[in-house]
Amino acid sequence: MPRVTIRVQAEAFDSAHETALLLRGHEDVGGVAAFTGIVRGGGGLVALELEHYPGMTESMMRRIAESACARFGLVGCTVIHRVGRLAVGMPIVLVLCAAAHRGAAQEATAFMMDWLKTSAPFWKREEFANGHSAWVEPRAQDEAAKARWGSLTA
Amino acid sequence: MLRILYFAWLRDRLGRSGETLPLPQGAHCVQDLIAALHARGGEYAAIFARPELIRVAVNQSFATIAAPIAAHDEIAFFPPVTGG
Repeated sequence: MPRVTIRVQAEAFDSAHETALLLRGHEDVGGVAAFTGIVRGGGGLVALELEHYPGMTESMMRRIAESACARFGLVGCTVIHRVGRLAVGMPIVLVLCAAAHRGAAQEATAFMMDWLKTSAPFWKREEFANGHSAWVEPRAQDEAAKARWGSLTA
Repeated sequence: MLRILYFAWLRDRLGRSGETLPLPQGAHCVQDLIAALHARGGEYAAIFARPELIRVAVNQSFATIAAPIAAHDEIAFFPPVTGG
């Protein structure tokens, strides 16, 4: 069974520590691909406020992670998504995929991010320096990126 | 009782994160519930007049407005997701 770790948390994560946990006892791993999403600044943005649907979020994250493990033959993966108020420059999401070979690990990381962005129930509100705030609109290119993978269960 | 949840701008505009209510008379699917909420008028009417802007989950799984609903279901309304 692949080692799957899913967490939604307000606190920061430690990528090196999570990588060590993912690898522990797995001598069959040839590579770990990692993606860390960061709150990108610009346009006067100060912070993002992230909201989620407790319960459904974790179950969707697990479905996505288990689908990636099956599709790409992963040894394991870790997905940590933060919620609450995150200032510009702060890490927001971590995806780690461990596999025997580099290609599978990297593909699985892209797969998981494309599905997370469009199918895990999180919502971002942007907070600007002038005091305004606005909910982030979904982007068509995120849907298109997900669509290239077909269905989650394939 | 149905458990209804609202997230993101739906919660902001309705001023509540959820409510419980009996299954409306004659309601069999999400669309029927949307019609009942819309009939309340005010902000409910404004929001549920445009169901194409809203996504729905029934018992924590994504669903369409044609999905059947039953007493005791948890039904969530929210905008398209924007995580990652």
